[in-house]
Amino acid sequence: MSRISEVSAAAAQQGRKLLIPYVVAGDPDLPTTLRLLHKLVAEGADIIELGVPFSDPSSDGPVIQRGVERSIAGGTNLAKVLDLVADFRAVDKITPIVLMGYLNPVEIMGYEVFADRASHVGVDGVLVVDMPPSESNALRGVLHDRQIDTIFLVAPTTTDARCEQIAACCTGYLYYVSLKGVTGAALLDTESVRLSIEKLRKLTALPIVIGFGIKDADSARAMGALSEGVIIGSALVERIEKLPSNDSATEQQLAHVTEVIKSARGALDEI
Amino acid sequence: MPDTQQDSIGFAGPDSLGHFGPYGGTFVGETLIAAVEELSRVYEEVSKDPEFWAEYDYDLKYYVGRPSPLYLAERLTAAAGGARIYLKREDLNHTGAHKVNNTIGQALLAKRMGKTRIIAETGAGQHGVASATVAARLGLECFVYMGAEDIQRQAPNVYRMKLLGATVVSVESGSRTLKDAMNEALRDWATNVDSTYYIIGTVAGPHPYPQIVRDFQCIIGRETREQSLEQIGQLPDALVACVGGGSNAIGMFHPFLSDSSVAMYGVEAGGDGVETGRHAAPLSAGVPGVLHGNRTYLMTDSGGQIMETHSVSAGLDYPGVGPEHAWLKDLKRVNYVNATDAEAMKAFHQLTRLEGIIPALESAHAVAYAMRLAATMAPEQSIVINLSGRGDKDIQTVAKLEGLTL
Repeated sequence: MSRISEVSAAAAQQGRKLLIPYVVAGDPDLPTTLRLLHKLVAEGADIIELGVPFSDPSSDGPVIQRGVERSIAGGTNLAKVLDLVADFRAVDKITPIVLMGYLNPVEIMGYEVFADRASHVGVDGVLVVDMPPSESNALRGVLHDRQIDTIFLVAPTTTDARCEQIAACCTGYLYYVSLKGVTGAALLDTESVRLSIEKLRKLTALPIVIGFGIKDADSARAMGALSEGVIIGSALVERIEKLPSNDSATEQQLAHVTEVIKSARGALDEI
Repeated sequence: MPDTQQDSIGFAGPDSLGHFGPYGGTFVGETLIAAVEELSRVYEEVSKDPEFWAEYDYDLKYYVGRPSPLYLAERLTAAAGGARIYLKREDLNHTGAHKVNNTIGQALLAKRMGKTRIIAETGAGQHGVASATVAARLGLECFVYMGAEDIQRQAPNVYRMKLLGATVVSVESGSRTLKDAMNEALRDWATNVDSTYYIIGTVAGPHPYPQIVRDFQCIIGRETREQSLEQIGQLPDALVACVGGGSNAIGMFHPFLSDSSVAMYGVEAGGDGVETGRHAAPLSAGVPGVLHGNRTYLMTDSGGQIMETHSVSAGLDYPGVGPEHAWLKDLKRVNYVNATDAEAMKAFHQLTRLEGIIPALESAHAVAYAMRLAATMAPEQSIVINLSGRGDKDIQTVAKLEGLTL
């Protein structure tokens, strides 16, 4: 059983909703990201989605784009993100890490090399936003060989037939994109999300988590009630934007960032 | 002939998932999948509908002014000193470049799909102008994404788009050029997918765009074929076209792919010289990767980040290239070569002075290489250059490079 499955099974047993923060690795710098990861866990994160920076993040809104640009400006790349995971894993053996990003860095590193290194440093899942299931056979194969989960997105525009195809390729958890558009967009239509999740339940036994547009305790509560958990990204990255670089953020400044997670945790635990 | 048969099977593409050999495909976020699938479905239907093509042909004839002439450039031929050089005059199309062949076709698709809003990305501004033009003609709302850097160097085209009623959106992210404009257009499309048709301007992007744009640009090669048989009495020995994303080149080459006697040269932007690293020549010096919806040759660093490109011509300043070109490179059917900024500038002046034709800086790359090639060939042989656009938009750039202010 993968670390993601263990964590989500335990959460299900306790009636706990999964809280999954997303941050861009290397934003504002790698040492700060490492400190943030541990603090996110301390504030109640169950799984972490770690963004791998890519120069052309065409599925991301302006907030995450800027985070990615800051990370790249500091020289972060996929190899360094894997090193960061190794550093995190040296301390935290429990919290699953999901790498989220675009395909090109993985293509350039090579699927086998990437899968070996990811497995070696303790990556638990991989979500490639621009790799739909139909293009994923080769990478999925090498990741599953190493017990790394492959997570896919389902969007409001996804047809029923595709939902089945996606559910068949997806392991770990299913990521439901709650709205049309890019990351960080606003507006959540609770009723249509509820109906879509109901439909997905018939196709998969995987935990379903909701992302895109969740930014505070209220939206976390609303979306958490419909699913096994929520992902919070842009709201965190927006606060990270104000951090100083060069590993100089104070504990208090980091606490201001992770407060988003702390309050979402509180809201989710009330459901 | 078995050979031809073999060839025509060998070069058939893409497959039903948009693959040209290992290249192409559909690498976009889930939000856009439904949109590209809808487009595939509609295009598949439409491409079998003679009425659709009749409407397209009508527009090309009466609105664009096709067929464009095939012109024997005698003084250019003499200057090169070898094979006869013909120019396929795409610069004479309405809006001044080959780009309109595609926007006319895609606008008809948008109309069939009931879309009310057009978006487009543009580098040099030619595709933006061609998109704004068809949007004006059909009364559709039009937003053109353009890198802030390109807006600076292509001011006349920016104003043309505004005159045509389009909103030009300045893209400030990344390298502020064509690739970033394409990212922004993809984001817009993901957000406004119900109302919006995205007219991609080149043979890149997710399936079915590389196929759609190619099919609409193939009019160039089909006409060239007929005109060659009529004017030269046989097929040309060589075809030369510039390659940024590669739409004018694929349009010229594709109808000749099975003619093994016709050599083909795709000319990339060599910038300061491929050896300097400051260029936009992914087929000459790149590696396969994934960008903007497809797998193809890219300029990418060892960590997988897309590199900034350099070319004097905004229209070639793109780090990727259409997936069919990637495949044709691997199959060795097309030779991919390059011309530097300096060579393109020299050719720009030569064509202007010798023939009274001011070429786009993009097309000047093809002229530069073709002159080199012609010199190695015999006078009874012939070369057709796809003169993909006119150079009026570039005169400020040229003047600036030569230290003049207009």
